[in-house]
Amino acid sequence: MTTIDPAAAAAADTIAQFEGPSGALDSTQRWLHGHPLASPTLVLLVAVAYFSLFTERFFTATNLSTILAQVTIIGTLAVAQTLVILTAGIDLSVGSIAVLASVVMGKLALVWGYAPVLALLIGIGIGTACGLLNGALVTRLRIPPFIATLGTFNALFALSQYFSENETLRNQDLQDQAPLLLWFDNTWEPVERFRVTYGALLMLVLFVIVWYMLRRTAWGRHVYATGDDREAARLVGIRTNRVLMSVYCGSGLICGIAGWLWISRIGAVSPKPLDDANLDSITAVVIGGTSLFGGRGNVFGSLLGALIVGVFDSGLSQAGVEPLWRTFAIGVLVIVAVAMDQWIRRVAA
Amino acid sequence: MSVEHLAATEEANNSPSADIVLAARGLIKRFGRVTALAGTDFDLYPGEVLGVIGDNGAGKSSLVKVITGAYKPDDGELWMDGESVAFFNDPLDARARGIETVYQNLAVSPGLDVAANLFLGRERRRPGLVGSLFRLLDRKGMDRDARDEMSALGLVTIQDVNQTVETLSGGQRQGVAVARAAAFASKVIIMDEPTAALGVKESGRVLDLIREVRSRGVPIVLISHNMPHVFEVADRIHIQRLGRRVAVVTPATHSAHEAVAIMTGAAPPDPAYAG
Repeated sequence: MTTIDPAAAAAADTIAQFEGPSGALDSTQRWLHGHPLASPTLVLLVAVAYFSLFTERFFTATNLSTILAQVTIIGTLAVAQTLVILTAGIDLSVGSIAVLASVVMGKLALVWGYAPVLALLIGIGIGTACGLLNGALVTRLRIPPFIATLGTFNALFALSQYFSENETLRNQDLQDQAPLLLWFDNTWEPVERFRVTYGALLMLVLFVIVWYMLRRTAWGRHVYATGDDREAARLVGIRTNRVLMSVYCGSGLICGIAGWLWISRIGAVSPKPLDDANLDSITAVVIGGTSLFGGRGNVFGSLLGALIVGVFDSGLSQAGVEPLWRTFAIGVLVIVAVAMDQWIRRVAA
Repeated sequence: MSVEHLAATEEANNSPSADIVLAARGLIKRFGRVTALAGTDFDLYPGEVLGVIGDNGAGKSSLVKVITGAYKPDDGELWMDGESVAFFNDPLDARARGIETVYQNLAVSPGLDVAANLFLGRERRRPGLVGSLFRLLDRKGMDRDARDEMSALGLVTIQDVNQTVETLSGGQRQGVAVARAAAFASKVIIMDEPTAALGVKESGRVLDLIREVRSRGVPIVLISHNMPHVFEVADRIHIQRLGRRVAVVTPATHSAHEAVAIMTGAAPPDPAYAG
C-alpha cells in the first residue's frame, strides 16, 4: 500500500474503455430482460390458442366478454398492487379496502339517504384514507409492508362487517334509489355479442393512466428508483418517504374505485370478503412479470397477468377440468413466473 | 491557553482568501464521547484534485459528510468562494449550491436506464401544457444530453443511454455516477472512495475520468484509501490524523511512503498545520 503500484499506473494508460459484459450464451436472457412483457404475452397467446382449438365455446364473443368482465375487479386491484410492488412492498389489504369502500357507498346512499354521488365520493375518499394509513404505517412507523397491510387487511374487513351490520343491500333497492352505483355494469357492444362492461373499460383506462404516470413522468421514475435501491434514490435527492406515501395513497384510491366496480359487478352491496382478491391481485402482478423485489416491471404486464388467470379459469372449466386443477395451474404459473424473474434479474451480475 | 498560542490560532483561523473554492476552519464533530473532528481545517483551490487520506477513524469521512451536508458539525466555519456560509442542512442543500458527490457504493438505480439515472431527481419536463399539467418528461432532450455528456467524458462504450444500468459493469456504473456529478456540479465534485468497489482495470478508467473532469475546471475532492490512486491524480494531498489536518503535501514533494508515515504518526506532522 505504500508504493505506487506500477501495474495500476500502466493499466490506466492502456485501458481506453470499459468492456461491457459479453457472450452470446445468455442472449435470450438479455432479450427477456429488455422485453419484460414478452413472456406473459406469449403465455396468454398460447393459452388463448390452446383453449380456442380444443374447446368449443371458448373463442366466442360471449365468452371473451365474460372473461373480460370477470377480470375487471382483480385487474383493477392489480393496478394498485403493481404500484406497491414496484416499490418493493406488497399490499395485502387491497380487497379489504375495496369491500369497505363499497359498504360505505351502499350504506350512505341507501340507508342514510345521501346523494349517490356524495356517497361514491366519500367511499372513494375512505379508500384513499386507508391507503394513507398503510403508507403511514410503512413510512412513519417503519412496519414492513407485509405486516402493515396484513394488519389493515383484517382490521378493515372487520370494520366493513361492523359498518354494514353484516347485511346485504339488495339489487332492487340499488336500482330504485342509487342506480349510479350500478352504472359500471352497463355495456358497450362494439361487435355483436361482444359486450364490454363500462367497468372493464374503466379498468383499461386506469391501466393506461398509471402506465403514463409510471413511464412518462418524473414521479414514475422515482417510484422505480425507490423500489430499486431506496438508499441510492435518497442519495440523489428523491424524498423516498413521500414517494411511498403517494404510492400507498394512490393504491387506496384505486381500491376505492374498485369498490364501486364491485357493487356494479355483483349488483348488490355485500360485506362478504372479496375472497381471494388480495392474493389474486398479487398473482396477476407476478405472472405479469413485475418483480417482487421492486423496481422492475410494467403495469401492462399485470393486465396480461389478470387476463391469463381469467383465460385459464374459463378455458379449463370449458374443457371440463375440475376447478382444483385450475388452482393448481395458477400456482405453477406463479412459481414459474417468479423463477423466471430471478433468472432474468441475474443479467445484472 | 497561552497568549502566543491564541495568536497562533487566530493566524490559522484567518478568513480564507476569495480564490479558495471551499474552505473550512476549526470543524468539530463529536458523537457522544467520541470526537470525530477535533478542529480540522480544509482548503480546496480552483481546478485542483485534492486527495484526502487518513487512517480509519482519522475523520476523513466525517469531514466529507460535513462538506456534503450529511452531518452538521458542532462547531467551525465554512466558506465558499471566500464568502462565509452556514453549514448545509442536508445533501440536497449542498447540491443546490453546486456540490455533487460520487459514492463508493455506486449510488445508481440499476433498473433505470443510463439517461434516467443521469437526470434522476432532476428530471426535465416538456415545455407548455403537456409539461406543466400532464407532467410529461422531455425524454428525447434528456437522452440527447445524456449521450453528449457520455461522449464528452469519453465513455464511448455507454453510447446506448437507454440500456438499464444493471447491464453495465461496475466500472461503467461508476462512470454513470461520475458523469452525473460532472454534468451538474458547478462548484465541487466530491468522490468518496470511487474506486473501492472496482477492479484494477476499471479503477484506471475512473482515474482517467477524474482527470477529464478536472480539465473542465471543476475542483475535485478525492477521498481514498488507495495511495497509488491518490498519488496518481491528486495535485495536493490533505492528510487527516486524529480528527485534524496534520499536513498538506504534493506528489512532487513527498513520496507515498512519507505521506503514510505522516498519516500514521511515524513521521512528525507539518509544523505549519500543527495549530
